[in-house]
Amino acid sequence: MNSKENILVQVKNLSVNYLTRLGAVSAVDDVTFDIYHGEILGLVGESGCGKSTLGKALMRMIMPPAKISQGEIIFDGENVMKFDQKQLRDFRGRRISMIFQDPMTSLNPVQRVDEHLIEAIQVHEPQTAIEKAMERVKTLIERLGIQERRLRDYPHQLSGGMRQRVMIALGLVLNANLIIADEATTSLDVIVEAKLVDQLREIRDEFGLAILMITHNIALVAEIADRIAVMYAGQIVEMGDITDVFDNPLHPYTKGLLNSVPSIKLDEREELYKMGGEPPNLSHPPSGCRFHPRCLEAMPLCSRFCPTLEEIAPGQWVHCWLYQDHPQKERSTTKVTL
Amino acid sequence: MSEQNSSINNTELVEISHLKKWFPVQQNFLDQILAGHIDYVRAVDDVSLTIKRGEAFGLAGESGSGKTTLGRLAIGLEKLTEGKVLFDGIDLSSLNQEELRKLRRRMQVIFQDPMASLNPRMSLGDSIAHGLKIHYPEKAAEHRDITFNIMEKVGLTPPHFFFTKFPHQISGGQRQRVVIARALITNPDLILADEPIAMADVSVRALLLELMVKLKNELNLTYLFITHDLATAKYICDRIGILYLGRLAEMGDLREVYGHPLHPYTQALMEAVPVPNPHKRRTKVMPAGEIPNPINPPSGCRFHPRCPIAQEICSQSEPELRSLRQEHMVACHFAEQFL
Repeated sequence: MNSKENILVQVKNLSVNYLTRLGAVSAVDDVTFDIYHGEILGLVGESGCGKSTLGKALMRMIMPPAKISQGEIIFDGENVMKFDQKQLRDFRGRRISMIFQDPMTSLNPVQRVDEHLIEAIQVHEPQTAIEKAMERVKTLIERLGIQERRLRDYPHQLSGGMRQRVMIALGLVLNANLIIADEATTSLDVIVEAKLVDQLREIRDEFGLAILMITHNIALVAEIADRIAVMYAGQIVEMGDITDVFDNPLHPYTKGLLNSVPSIKLDEREELYKMGGEPPNLSHPPSGCRFHPRCLEAMPLCSRFCPTLEEIAPGQWVHCWLYQDHPQKERSTTKVTL
Repeated sequence: MSEQNSSINNTELVEISHLKKWFPVQQNFLDQILAGHIDYVRAVDDVSLTIKRGEAFGLAGESGSGKTTLGRLAIGLEKLTEGKVLFDGIDLSSLNQEELRKLRRRMQVIFQDPMASLNPRMSLGDSIAHGLKIHYPEKAAEHRDITFNIMEKVGLTPPHFFFTKFPHQISGGQRQRVVIARALITNPDLILADEPIAMADVSVRALLLELMVKLKNELNLTYLFITHDLATAKYICDRIGILYLGRLAEMGDLREVYGHPLHPYTQALMEAVPVPNPHKRRTKVMPAGEIPNPINPPSGCRFHPRCPIAQEICSQSEPELRSLRQEHMVACHFAEQFL
């Protein structure tokens, strides 16, 4: 399934810097990955690791003082970095859509639900008649489990879960190929969150779109994603099939992270792994591998040279010297066989 | 541990009986006249529970379930509408401001956001020692030693390094340690911890949890641990109460409740919590709807409009919290079928 032809988005060597008075903060550092058609990719990391910045960069929504300093984004064969403003406006919304954590700040408080959706259609497809657009809106909203009469409501009249479904509808109404959900379920209660997760999966199956799920909640990714990418301090440190990474995490950070996630099951994880230290400040990231000050397996070369993200086993990519050769490496390289 | 002022039963530190807290919706007199009546948000509506000395009691529920209000009532931060709160045998509503202030030494709070609960212009040392200045002004000479000692206990080492620092100069995890140290400085019996680690990152959280468990054992503390995260509660709480719309749906020993949830709401909650294991994905369908408006809660059992096993009686009569297993109470008419 995950063959070369099936690639929707290719991100190559992407870096984003925030230019602050105290110097550049490298929030995304030389990140390379692909998103396949129709997959749910979970992008996890702790606060400040650059996951949201990366999500925004995919839509080229990076505003000053931040700047995409290098890299390429190829979306369905087109180079997004070369788009002019007009192309970008068409691209955002129609091809790729974003859902944020707080729907109340994304929806216009003085616009009714149907006005939001019809406006979206008319901006991107001005030739569509209002009646046609309305019809589309009605079928879609019902599909998402919102009653038709709620279309005349204002955002504040809806519950949190419904608002978030309106945001999803805004992405679906134009048949976007990719929805970026940035902590989209974080402000919801667990039961509502679980229902939204079910719905996202159904939508993916039905519409065949890809979802990039950005979240700090690793358990949630285990619940929904096909593949997972783990970010630490601006870099993707491990990426692969969800079961491969959970069953056999390779990067020391991923190992620690997965073992520190609490589980509600009584017979699972009696003890949590306690990782030392805290994520670094990205205005002065550690030299070499950015995880080396917290890493229990760090070698002398880890503080001097930064590894690259390499495919260690089929489909599993790791950003760690343990699995890569280097002339100055003292230890033998771990070979992974799956 | 001070035993001299405890009354009839000294194994129970907090006793809450039939506690209610209703907030008026129309807050000023004019609005009340114009509306012709007063609506109330029934944040806490007839809750009874006891917290034993030395245990960690978890209070879990979704947003709007009243867990924070209940916590604040338990230490007298909020005035109750009806009912009674006994702290070590002392009725909180019988105390005047000054007496309550003195008692506060024995009950301290840790809030969710350490940045918001620390004064940005006060050095960490001053923040931590502040409680000593208020409650033990006569021991001024020892304040620095006591502060250093507690800073070491919570892992702010070396203390003299952190003593003069300010909140913005340290990391989030360290800030939460400062808040914990500040709460412990007056040598309290009860700690109200309202989502104390919800803001911390996963990789930092486990260490904070371990610290809280360690301190509880070392200093013989009692925790009232408020959380929306049932998975985290497993690692710290001995007993747990599940709140729904201001009422307890289920309460009991944590392992007992998690092992055999008897209330359909608890069952749904437990099922909804994502499990960090892609091989054990949830297959059950979640109940419909969201937590209703607490101004007009549903009649009878408050969960009945969303409940998969609701029958006619559920909309008419409110189920009492009753003991169905050892150390396990549930408020549901039809919980027997899950035994």
